[in-house]
Amino acid sequence: MASHYEAPIRKPLVEGDKGYHDVTLDIVAPVEGKANKSWWIVFSIALVAFLWGLGAIIYTVSTGIGTWGLNKTVGWAWDITNFVWWVGIGHAGTLISAVLLLFRQKWRMAVNRSAEAMTIFSVIQAGLFPIIHMGRPWLAYWVVPIPNQFGSLWVNFNSPLLWDVFAISTYLSVSLVFWWTGLLPDFAMIRDRAVKPFQKKIYSLLSFGWTGRAKDWQRFEEVSLVLAGLATPLVLSVHTIVSFDFATSVIPGWHTTIFPPYFVAGAIFSGFAMVNTLLIIMRKVSNLEAYITVQHIELMNIVIMITGSIVGCAYITELFMAWYSGVEYEQYAFLNRATGPYAWAYWAMMTCNVFSPQFMWFKRLRTSIMFSFFISIVVNIGMWFERFVIIVTSLHRDYLPSSWTMFSPTFVDISIFIGTIGFFFVLFLLYARTFPVIAQAEVKTILKSSGEKYKKLRDAGLPLYTMPEKAKATKAAKTKKEE
Amino acid sequence: MANKVIHALYNDDDILMMAVKKVRAAHHHIDEVYCPFPVHGLDKAMGLAPTRIAIAAFLYGIVGLSVAITMMNFIMIQDWPQDIGGKPSFSYLENMPAFVPVMFELTVFFAAHLMVITFYMRSRLWPFKKAENPDVRSTDDHFVMEISVHDNEESLKALLEETGAVEINVSEKHS
Repeated sequence: MASHYEAPIRKPLVEGDKGYHDVTLDIVAPVEGKANKSWWIVFSIALVAFLWGLGAIIYTVSTGIGTWGLNKTVGWAWDITNFVWWVGIGHAGTLISAVLLLFRQKWRMAVNRSAEAMTIFSVIQAGLFPIIHMGRPWLAYWVVPIPNQFGSLWVNFNSPLLWDVFAISTYLSVSLVFWWTGLLPDFAMIRDRAVKPFQKKIYSLLSFGWTGRAKDWQRFEEVSLVLAGLATPLVLSVHTIVSFDFATSVIPGWHTTIFPPYFVAGAIFSGFAMVNTLLIIMRKVSNLEAYITVQHIELMNIVIMITGSIVGCAYITELFMAWYSGVEYEQYAFLNRATGPYAWAYWAMMTCNVFSPQFMWFKRLRTSIMFSFFISIVVNIGMWFERFVIIVTSLHRDYLPSSWTMFSPTFVDISIFIGTIGFFFVLFLLYARTFPVIAQAEVKTILKSSGEKYKKLRDAGLPLYTMPEKAKATKAAKTKKEE
Repeated sequence: MANKVIHALYNDDDILMMAVKKVRAAHHHIDEVYCPFPVHGLDKAMGLAPTRIAIAAFLYGIVGLSVAITMMNFIMIQDWPQDIGGKPSFSYLENMPAFVPVMFELTVFFAAHLMVITFYMRSRLWPFKKAENPDVRSTDDHFVMEISVHDNEESLKALLEETGAVEINVSEKHS
């Protein structure tokens, strides 16, 4: 049919001789199958890391923030670095599912589910840090503007920290419903295949009784489109507002108007790197190579290359603006970054974020799975250092040289960070075993236009469907009668 | 007799589309089509009215924006005006730049969540809701067309068979 037409130059997005039922079988396989040994090993490591981090959090909360390496000069360090790092990683999911939906990029369908899962799980990690840093996490609800026992004492809506509360919670909750709405038809697919009563019950509950009526699908598509339209500015707003936490202050190195776009580019950069890290492993472990193809990895590498270059431009612009502004504090802040006691962190950041993505200009490298995986790890490390450089090197030497000092993390700082990585992987590994990791209903919609099987049929000039035998027979009989 | 329905199963979206057009051309009312994935143009072919959920979302967004403005005006301007950094909070309009982020976030928050809740309510989706698809294959790779039978079972069957149905079942409607 003409509606399934796609330019022949486009490579198939679903490889192999796959029809609708094959898609179902491939995506349900990890859910219906049993976990293998390596899953249990990785899961156990992640769980231990998570429990270790939980212990460190309990220690922090019961003893106090003094267990961290913070001092009176450097009042923000690993906690906010980790917070921004996790929020940044959380940007790829909604970008893939929302922005690429608006641009009608069909390749997003193989990766959006996992990218959104990654978003939700990493924003959860991010949210932990400000709450722990409050010292009294049970009072976290004080950030909400509610009438309280202190008279008319309200939260301050002039503060970017409060904007962040609204931005992060809106982002987390909207991403969650976007993800869940897309999951309903896929949970329903698992539900309708389930034979074990317990599994049937669980997936019935998760699928909200999805039935797949024509009207439901019509609304589903409209809801997806509108959510994408809402989530697109939302993605951009979240890291913009995170950057306001710094940009609206008067600290040299923070007080700059380039921060919002620079942070957003950096967030997309790190998010795509994390998507690559996770999916390169997942496609192998869950046998999804036919869906998450080398082409998908290549396209994500191109995004990494472009956003990495934008980030590189921002770094250089910062240096130029520091010099051009003529403000000596600003100039010193950047001189100190590049040549001061934290120069190693600055150059680690520069190497990882600006230099390493440039390898992706070479087709051979960006289509190499091993190399893509390596670069994705490098970028993740680099983006952590970026936040560390921005936060700690700006704070440790500001206006008052008598207060200059250094920061070094305690084992509690490190443990909490490792704990969030463990928590993230616990969630992601559980997800990979129990959720449909590819939006199979959506993949089925592009199968006839972008599946290898149907592309071949179309190239051969054959119809994309075959009338069932019975119908053919009746038709043949009828035409005979007419004769 | 009136609550008897016929379920025709198809295994291809293109065949389904042609079948829907044929059945409609033969002046039969299609009660429902259950699909494993969205088939583009099916709603138009079935004669379904376009959904108004986007309009609802727009209205919800306006509600969110109004809530944000009302709330911040009350908190920051009316109830406890403060002079922060030499920028006194005496007028909402003059202090608005600082309120834009929250105005935006609440607009999105209300529009997104209320739209999704509306979708779930209208399409009858919620936890513990029992699924009503007549055949479990309709979430995998089969498309089910539901037509109610009014003393025309045989002719309807013949018509559906001709449209390329792989299976035709007649059953009493349960609801």
